[in-house]
Amino acid sequence: MTLYVAARLSLVIPMFLGSTLIIFVLMRLLPGDVVDQLMGLEGSLSAEARASLRQLLGLDAPLPLQYLKWLGDLVRLELGVSLRSSLPVREMLVQRVPVTIELAVLAVLLSMVIAVPLGIVSALFRNRAIDFTARLFGLLGLSMPVFWLATLLILGGASFLHWLPPVIYAPFWQAPLQNLKQMAFPTLALALSLVAVVMRMTRSSMLEVLEQDYIQTARAKGAAEPTVVLRHALKNALIPVVTVVGVQFGYLLGGSVVVEQIFGLPGLGFMLLNAIYQRDYPVVQGAVVFVALFFILVNLVVDLVYGVLDPRIRYGSA
Amino acid sequence: MSTAGAALVVAFVVLAVLASVVAPHAPDDPVGQRLTAPQRAYPLGTDEFGRDILSRLIFGSRISLWVGVVAVAIGLVGGASVGLVSGYVGGRLDMLLMRVVDVMFSIPPIILAITLTGVLGPGLTNATVAIGLVYLPTFARVARGPVLAVVGREYVEAARAAGGGATRVLSLHVLPNVMAPLIVQTTLALSTAILAEATLSFLGLGIQPPEPSWGTMLGTGRKYMELAPWVAIFPGAAVMLLVLGFNLLGDGLRDVLDPRLRP
Repeated sequence: MTLYVAARLSLVIPMFLGSTLIIFVLMRLLPGDVVDQLMGLEGSLSAEARASLRQLLGLDAPLPLQYLKWLGDLVRLELGVSLRSSLPVREMLVQRVPVTIELAVLAVLLSMVIAVPLGIVSALFRNRAIDFTARLFGLLGLSMPVFWLATLLILGGASFLHWLPPVIYAPFWQAPLQNLKQMAFPTLALALSLVAVVMRMTRSSMLEVLEQDYIQTARAKGAAEPTVVLRHALKNALIPVVTVVGVQFGYLLGGSVVVEQIFGLPGLGFMLLNAIYQRDYPVVQGAVVFVALFFILVNLVVDLVYGVLDPRIRYGSA
Repeated sequence: MSTAGAALVVAFVVLAVLASVVAPHAPDDPVGQRLTAPQRAYPLGTDEFGRDILSRLIFGSRISLWVGVVAVAIGLVGGASVGLVSGYVGGRLDMLLMRVVDVMFSIPPIILAITLTGVLGPGLTNATVAIGLVYLPTFARVARGPVLAVVGREYVEAARAAGGGATRVLSLHVLPNVMAPLIVQTTLALSTAILAEATLSFLGLGIQPPEPSWGTMLGTGRKYMELAPWVAIFPGAAVMLLVLGFNLLGDGLRDVLDPRLRP
């Protein structure tokens, strides 16, 4: 296990360095540079002023040196300052990230509550009407654009329930009820696509486990069917489901961009999108670096948990 | 269910090809009152400029299919080439290419696509390129696996020993083994590429108005949805049906071509 953990941990730093390189190159694809962006705000500058500003910001240095300097800043958690609000990007991230994490956690929990029982029922009644219905429901969930579902929820809430989420965001620790009311629709919108993925994985995993010899043995010993399914089969069937959920947790950061924008939630996605609209590239850079780091760490945790749950993985890798 | 998927896809392809024949109106012409509810003359109603929504949806299918097909083609050609070469050559090159692929996987696809279009600027070409680049690592991994499985087999060794060059061996002996998973992945990628285009356009980073992209239609029509819900409902339904078609088709193809991956 130690070898497995060491092998997996050793991948984190090169992966993160690689992703910072991609982000650095991406930001250099911008037409013009940060001085041009600043000029857009400050009016026109003379050529001398532009050159000295470039020198001041280190933009006259060769690209590899600029990258190394930026990397050094990253290590010290100096992510720069927003071109629009002049706020440090680090502070902006600290304010926005908890909103997105809360949304992602709620969406994962809700999707598990719906998808796991649905996947079990679908596997137990394989190729029967209930299985087809559940699979079709899953495919519909996968096919439905998140922004459309969110729009329909707002429309349905206003027209049929005569209710819409509160507009002013309140953190959970300040006003838990208002916070949960505000999170209800965004969570539902984000959870549905995950329901489809988790349901399909639970179903296929259950089908595989139910055919194993030890399940037949449990049945032959006279164990009741609910005991066989819930105690013997589900425990092992959930191993790949945990992995899928973990990986999807990272992908939810992507989905949250759209959902936060529609519901006006002041999370990381909302911040990233507005920074893109305003070409506020230190904020874009900081947000994408955070997302990449978060994604890499989530995948690391998933792999480690998988190694703990399934000994075949860690011995195979070590 | 895969037959239903194929039927949906074919129906949208036919609509896209024959758009100028089957659409009742030109997509950009104001033909009625603003925000007219669905009725006989305008079966899906009119939008905020009085344009016929049905006609715009029919013409919009061209954009969705075009972006989906071209973006997936970029990902397929680029990614499969990387995967084939990586698996066939092996060694350090394989390790290097696969680490690059791993790094590309470290940024969630939609975040990468949003950032790319944000940097390159909105528009049809940039959105298509951005989505295509996002798919590249997936195709590279899908192609590399089967190559590794066959590269040491006797018939590949024999082809090499008989003097076959890398291009010949790869295209004649290795590629056929990679086709099944690539076909399945292509179909499934088409569904997510169409979703990605709609999402980018909805956010204002993809196709720009007045082009009748489904995502743009929903994004601009959302402001009027309390007054005229059909402006937001029908474009989203069109995206869902086409994506569902590709998903059903992809699932069916997977069952036939690659049963190990059956959900």
